[in-house]
Amino acid sequence: MDLSIAAFLVQDGVTNGAIYALLALALVLVFTVTRIIWIPSGEFVTYGTLTLAGLQLGKPPGTVGLLIGVAVVAAIVETIATLRAREARKLPLRLAVWLGVPLAIAAAVWWAAPRGLPLALQIVLALAAVTALGPLIYRIAYQPIADASVLVLLIVSVAVHFALTGLGLWFFGAEGSRTPAFTGASFTAGGLTFSAQSLLVVVASLVLIGLLYLLFGRTLYGKALHATAVNRIGARLVGISPSFAGALTFVLAALLCAFCGVLVGPITTVYYDSGFLVSLKGFVGAIIGGLVSYPLAAAGALLVGLLESFSSFWASAFKEVIVFTLIIPVLLWRSLTSRHHDEE
Amino acid sequence: MTIRRIGVVAFVVVLALVPLAAPAFWVTLANYIGLYTMVALGLVLLTGVAGQTSFGQAAFVGVGAYTTAFLTTHFGVSPWLTLPAAIVLTFAVALALGFITLRMQGHYLPLATIAWGISLFFLFGNLESLGGHTGVTGIPALTLASIEFKEERHFCVLIWIVTLASLWTTHNLLDSRPGRALRAMKGGVDMAEAFGVNAARLKIVAFVYAALLACVSGWLYAHLQRFVNPSPFGINQGIEYLFMAVVGGAGSVWGAVVGATLITVLKQMLQDVLPTLLGRSGNFEIVVFGVLMIVLLQFARNGVVDWALRLLPRRRPRLDDDAAPLAPGEKPHDVAGPLLDVRNARKAFGGLVAVDDLTFRVMPGEIVGLIGPNGAGKSTTFALISGELPLTSGDIAFGGQSIAGKTPFAIARLGIGRTFQHVRLLPAMSVQDNVALGAYRRGRAGVVRAALRLDSAEERRTQAVAMREIVRVGLAEHAHDEAGSLPLGKQRIVEIARALASDPSLLLLDEPAAGLRYMEKQALAELLRALKRDGVTILLVEHDMDFVMGLTDRLVVMDFGQKLAEGEPAAIQRDRRVLEAYLGVDEAAPAPAIAI
Repeated sequence: MDLSIAAFLVQDGVTNGAIYALLALALVLVFTVTRIIWIPSGEFVTYGTLTLAGLQLGKPPGTVGLLIGVAVVAAIVETIATLRAREARKLPLRLAVWLGVPLAIAAAVWWAAPRGLPLALQIVLALAAVTALGPLIYRIAYQPIADASVLVLLIVSVAVHFALTGLGLWFFGAEGSRTPAFTGASFTAGGLTFSAQSLLVVVASLVLIGLLYLLFGRTLYGKALHATAVNRIGARLVGISPSFAGALTFVLAALLCAFCGVLVGPITTVYYDSGFLVSLKGFVGAIIGGLVSYPLAAAGALLVGLLESFSSFWASAFKEVIVFTLIIPVLLWRSLTSRHHDEE
Repeated sequence: MTIRRIGVVAFVVVLALVPLAAPAFWVTLANYIGLYTMVALGLVLLTGVAGQTSFGQAAFVGVGAYTTAFLTTHFGVSPWLTLPAAIVLTFAVALALGFITLRMQGHYLPLATIAWGISLFFLFGNLESLGGHTGVTGIPALTLASIEFKEERHFCVLIWIVTLASLWTTHNLLDSRPGRALRAMKGGVDMAEAFGVNAARLKIVAFVYAALLACVSGWLYAHLQRFVNPSPFGINQGIEYLFMAVVGGAGSVWGAVVGATLITVLKQMLQDVLPTLLGRSGNFEIVVFGVLMIVLLQFARNGVVDWALRLLPRRRPRLDDDAAPLAPGEKPHDVAGPLLDVRNARKAFGGLVAVDDLTFRVMPGEIVGLIGPNGAGKSTTFALISGELPLTSGDIAFGGQSIAGKTPFAIARLGIGRTFQHVRLLPAMSVQDNVALGAYRRGRAGVVRAALRLDSAEERRTQAVAMREIVRVGLAEHAHDEAGSLPLGKQRIVEIARALASDPSLLLLDEPAAGLRYMEKQALAELLRALKRDGVTILLVEHDMDFVMGLTDRLVVMDFGQKLAEGEPAAIQRDRRVLEAYLGVDEAAPAPAIAI
């Protein structure tokens, strides 16, 4: 291996690592606020890519039908819960939120699909459609059992992953999709070539990480989310609704994942079931940060990206074996350095 | 014959008819159900009983299958020799993985098993020597004496003999000393450890047990199919195994049978129906499975079997009043000095000193009360003695032996029994089973003896001990009730009976009178006096002044982490500093006695 290959592998690893880092942040966010190990995050990544790919082809993506279906189920769940709580007066507003907003987004995507809008607008629509799915899924699958143990929530997560993968096959089909690069430009610095696409991915990730930092450190909503993470009952006592915090978290997390999908689209061909491995790589990163530390999770994800890119050069067949076996020494290190304690 | 026995016999009879008379399709289905049941059974133990979980059981099935595939086809080793090889390999792998992940919080194990399941799947698929993605063919059939298990019908018999054997051993295990300890971990690891259970070790045992069942299933699978490829050992199959355990219900061995049957049959049906219904092929059954799980976990978290078993009459526990008592619990060697000697104990959380160089002693046969206003550091002191929190400095000795730095279960084994401030019983278990957990440190039966039912003599003695303590505290008529159905006052008494079952030298009671009514308090005080007459030493943390005044020999008063006063109750009642701490009396006012 010479320097140029190494530089290429590093560039490749950092680009992938930046995407995993975004994903790892979403996973840490979801876990700290809701205690949910969000396995189905990968499906949101694939949905992001496949939605944008659909829009690029000028046909309504499967997301439209999926969003309508999920929104109808969520509306039914919400209606039953509202009527049971004898709060019929609040029903119209709640239906407007849980049914009206998703339907409006679905309609917008459907309308826009054949019109060949500029890429930026298509990205915004794709992000909106996939982001809307986040809180809907939370409402249906997680909110009714939000107080269950981490273990039960994890099993639900795996069930949701199963359901969303199967639905992905139904709504998007078995063919893979790739979206065109945002830019084909490249430039050289110090004798090494860098693609602008990679740079864009890294910069976009950094910007989002910075925004998250500002959100949690500087805004009231961010602090409220953080408070829910630390103490659910305490947060409820001071007027923060855990359900609202959960839904808000899923909006943010789904947005992050959809964005990952948009970034990953030009790099690799995405199939309906590609998400699982991607999300697990995010998890390996997040676990390095103990599922609670944002900077360590991002650093861990970067490590995963680099490891993946170098192992695909040296032993491409064993790429996944190497990446997922990394978790063993990481866990060993964590179990030896942190004093074990019981949860709940 | 009980209705449960009849059910089991009927099940075995129906099962015996399958290889004799059922159509080939049903025989195949029964084979798979048997193989899956074994794997799900391990998960019942791990998930439903020990509160851990694994999505990677399919990988252990793969280890069993590939070990025999590799050894028989490459080296011509007899299948009967590859079984022990597969077991040893699985044992080593599970032990290593368990050691790494089980010491940590509950969610690391499942995440690690997902990663390890995927990694092993890709390893199977990419190793040339294991045939890559095409797999290994030409695995020999099993032969026993002159019988060759080539036909599915013959194999069905073999599979179900092994499956029934594993159902039997697992059932035995659940109903034994280690089984009680495993179930106790669902009530919190610290609760189990308070009775001498080494929770970390027991969790690893459960994990290894589950892995070995999966391995045996894989070994059988390889010789049934006579070829292996990586696809049945992937992560999706691992997830389906867990679904089987959850659907059936992870609290009983029958949950594994029911879950494996339901999921296998349902999958078969869906794979037939969905493609015609949807007009497209693909593994759409995973949508149904996913939705089914979400609905089930919201509305029937304990699974189908739990729901069905509730319709049956409760099992009467075995009772044998003639059983010889268990060996008494270990006693401290040095009985001349103080039983408990707290010397300059200090606990600091960062800058906050919760317990500040506290010193006091408890002499054998005494009842000592530890009192103080809220936040005085009483509970922290309690946690230091029981080993839940490590000392920052100072020392605590029990019977002349330092217990500083020891784990809670090691301290419990020395003979310190305790109750909890918030009642920590297993609500779905009977009072007698709850109390029997207390006798854990006096028993010897391990997993192997329990699984093979070699522990029945000890088990009878344990149940007799539990019953004796229940009678001693006056709850005889509730012995077979679910612990969760009793009122709080009685649940507190059950906790005391559980602690007594360990034959403790020192009984630690954490606010035993909290939430009790007047008559209940009177009864509790009378019980504690009777225990004192029997020679039990008691240290109790309490808020209720009335209760401690009439009961204790000596009081230790704490405030802001320090010892404020120590002495006989009557003297404490008039101590000016104590009054100030409690009532905030100012200097000029005449000092009243604490109103009782």
